Amino acid sequence: MATKVQPATAASSEPKLSKEEILRYSRHLIMPEVGMEGQLKLKQAKVLCIGTGGLGAPLGLYLAAAGVGRLGLVDFDVVDFTNLQRQVTFGTTDVGRPKIEAARERLSNLNPEIQIVTHETKLTSENALEILREYDIIVDGTDNFPTRYLVNDACVLLGKPNVYGSIFRFEGQATIFGYPGGPCYRCLYPEPPPPGLVPSCAEGGVLGVLPGIVGAIQAMETIKLILGRGDALVGRLLLFDALGMKFRELKLRRNPDCPACGEHRTITKLIDYYEFCGIRGEEAPAPSTQVPELAPREVKARLDRGDDLFILDVREPHEYQICNLHGYLIPLGELPRRVHELDSSREIVAHCRSGKRSAEAVEFLRKAGFRKIWNLKGGILAWSDEVDPSVPKY
Amino acid sequence: MAVKVLIPTPLRAFAGKRDSVQFEAKTVGEALKQLTTEYAELRKHLYTDDGKIRSFVNVYVNDEDIRYLAKENTPAKDGDTITIVPSIAGGTAAPTRLGALR
Repeated sequence: MATKVQPATAASSEPKLSKEEILRYSRHLIMPEVGMEGQLKLKQAKVLCIGTGGLGAPLGLYLAAAGVGRLGLVDFDVVDFTNLQRQVTFGTTDVGRPKIEAARERLSNLNPEIQIVTHETKLTSENALEILREYDIIVDGTDNFPTRYLVNDACVLLGKPNVYGSIFRFEGQATIFGYPGGPCYRCLYPEPPPPGLVPSCAEGGVLGVLPGIVGAIQAMETIKLILGRGDALVGRLLLFDALGMKFRELKLRRNPDCPACGEHRTITKLIDYYEFCGIRGEEAPAPSTQVPELAPREVKARLDRGDDLFILDVREPHEYQICNLHGYLIPLGELPRRVHELDSSREIVAHCRSGKRSAEAVEFLRKAGFRKIWNLKGGILAWSDEVDPSVPKY
Repeated sequence: MAVKVLIPTPLRAFAGKRDSVQFEAKTVGEALKQLTTEYAELRKHLYTDDGKIRSFVNVYVNDEDIRYLAKENTPAKDGDTITIVPSIAGGTAAPTRLGALR
């Protein structure tokens, strides 16, 4: 489907490129598909990138480099060392800085000709419409279901295209939602998975290049929308399998019964998306407060005293290879069928990386009749902080 | 009538780590039934307790969404590809949660 986007800025004064801009964008200007007309459209465009992380990095870099006149960024996070493997906007010296500040600096250095607008906030039902309203195109580079649905609904309510990308380990999905006449995110997925059924985000891994590829696809689609060139990725879901190095395409249809964009829509304002996604309070419910736990120092003291504590590690084998406390390894997912390997008469301390999975293990084992079992509070991360700094954190 | 079912990354842990499985089936429902019989752990990821395909999982025959065809009664021909497309938030998780197995 070929699509066009009207430049939203009312042509105030006659837009022009400076001599410096003409030199900077010369490789765009000499191709007829962009040319002066296209470059001026880019200059007048207003694009909002939600998230400056894995997907946001290539997005921000390419959109800034291409000369998108006003580039908005939304993030509230701080750069940490684990981001650097894929969030290529940031450098080692940025660790500890607000992402939005580091991104602004990097992108303004890349292209001082554009305006960068930073929104250092979490996108919420209260502020989303106000923030999104100022832009022509929204690019969703977030990493959680509540924000995905929030961005979708806000885009549908405001009638703005939502350039969507998401990743999972070696797989990516990309499409444009909310384009006039096209489907929205809820047409594809009316409801999110319940939190218990799909694992949370921090527990796996991602190959750093994958968000680079998917984010670059989002950047390309954004630029095509601005230029009004080519076939936009509307009504098509692009699936990318990095391991097989295959791109596939599925048809996306508008659902006439869609609660957000259907004929009898029921979503007429933004709702509580955490509640909608079955998440109470903040993003990560902390089950560790509900099960008996021991602080790392207590466990260390008891081991030093010679107490017979059985250390149960419920992480995955590849995590055990990174670092371990010489515990007995049963990955959480295998616990139900390997529970017979444990001796309920012994005192058991279960641990994982952060204490979250092991809290589930403790809860499960208590239900299975284990009474002398504790969760290692804060997991290996806390062990490294409080007991043995030679244990690496990951 | 062999049809190929493609298993997406998040669900491979429940399908013996396979990325695709071939079945003899005349409809999409039949193929999925065989799949969840062979890999019982997959069942609760694909179906609700009352046997409906979950709303965050979409099933395609070739490039068409079965919700707009005959749903699970959609015919499957020799050589067709059935793709299971679950929603992913952009996260990077491994399906290691115990909750997933209950």
